[in-house]
Amino acid sequence: MLTEGTPLTVSELTRRIKQTLERGFSYINLQGEISNFKRHTSGHLYFTLKDETSQISGVMWRSRAADLAFTPQDGMHVVLSGRVTVYEVRGNYQVEIYSIHPLGVGELQLAFERLRNKLGAEGLFELDRKRPLPEFPTRIGIVTSPTGAALHDMIHVLGRRFPGVVAILNPVRVQGAGAAEEVSRAIADFNSYAAVDVIIVARGGGSLEDLWAFNEEVVARAIHHSRIPVVSAIGHETDFTIADFVADLRAPTPSAAAELVVRDRNSLIDIVREYWYTMHESMLNMVTQRRDVILHLLRSYSFNTPIDLHRRFSQRVDELQRGMAISMGHRFAMVKSTTESLHHRVGALDPEMVLRRGYAMVYKNHSIVSSSKDVHGEDDLEVKFHDGLVRTTVQ
Amino acid sequence: MKNKKGSSTKSFEQSLRRLESIVDQLESAELPLEESLKIYEEGIALSKACMETLTRAELKLRTLSKDVEGTFRLTNSEGTED
Repeated sequence: MLTEGTPLTVSELTRRIKQTLERGFSYINLQGEISNFKRHTSGHLYFTLKDETSQISGVMWRSRAADLAFTPQDGMHVVLSGRVTVYEVRGNYQVEIYSIHPLGVGELQLAFERLRNKLGAEGLFELDRKRPLPEFPTRIGIVTSPTGAALHDMIHVLGRRFPGVVAILNPVRVQGAGAAEEVSRAIADFNSYAAVDVIIVARGGGSLEDLWAFNEEVVARAIHHSRIPVVSAIGHETDFTIADFVADLRAPTPSAAAELVVRDRNSLIDIVREYWYTMHESMLNMVTQRRDVILHLLRSYSFNTPIDLHRRFSQRVDELQRGMAISMGHRFAMVKSTTESLHHRVGALDPEMVLRRGYAMVYKNHSIVSSSKDVHGEDDLEVKFHDGLVRTTVQ
Repeated sequence: MKNKKGSSTKSFEQSLRRLESIVDQLESAELPLEESLKIYEEGIALSKACMETLTRAELKLRTLSKDVEGTFRLTNSEGTED
């Protein structure tokens, strides 16, 4: 055939091969196993498709790769569509790929198992790596779609359970090519931003392919590297993703994640109210005891205790107790006013206040003298007025 | 805790913990009246602050974004910073 006449140049031959191949295989469906998968920094995907005896190179340009629902992995059996192209410069032929589909859901499942085994072997799922969540987070980082039901559900639950927090959304795509990269970048961003106490990574329900981004290694690594505890909430209760295994806590749904992250405010309101009552009661007890001491003092000093003074004290204590009864029956709206009036009453019962009204206290050797019988000639006494001490000697 | 306004606002958790210890101290009644009054006053202020956090009506939602220089920004639903 080619033994006669002018020899072909390399270019001519290559051009003929190119024409023959590209015309003959302008649209093909091809099945095989992926190996040597690489995503170039340019965004183009390169890999080899093989079966038992043969292999062929494949390339998927970035623009097409953007439509992929999952990242192909080595060992995955796929069906792809595309065409054969010849790269004249190198004399290579390859398949230019339009789309890739796993050869059945079983393939994704296998990829899932492979990654789970790999990361499991590295210890990423170890229970002793799991960090406890903060008990009272004030700022909650959320990685999810800005338009999804997941965000809506979480905001709703947070708003109901504990609205006194700030929810900070880092919006991402949660499915399709590049989603895994966006999710992992968002987790890393929260770590550089640092001002959140916990991160929720969430996505609503969907098919295995829809949830695939959360089965990608890059997301698992981002969760693993996060210094801030991560709660995963992907899909429905029955969906388990690789992200769930790495996360510090897996929530069955996005709503459940919100429930797990904040405490119920009603139970906390009860606790604070309880504290408040206890403080009041303790204070009241102290005041009552003090009153008894004062009354005792006044009596012992033969102060000729005016009956109306005594009544005034009794009345104040009654008022206090009535005030307590009222406040016990009231809600917390009353905190401030009740507190202020109680302060006044407590102040009024203070011995200092009694001294201000012209009474004085007598000390001997730093102890209160409560009877004239305890005082003898030449004793050194201290008389305490509201504004100072006077030393004196008994004559 | 980080606070944009630079005030020394305690976190809810810190307030609650302090409140807890004040209640314990008042209950044990070991402090003199003057000191008891002082921490009682603090306790009332803390319980009020806690109640304010707990009864806040609306959740704050912000969006985190990063500009080309890598500086983070928080925006509210109107797209403005606060």
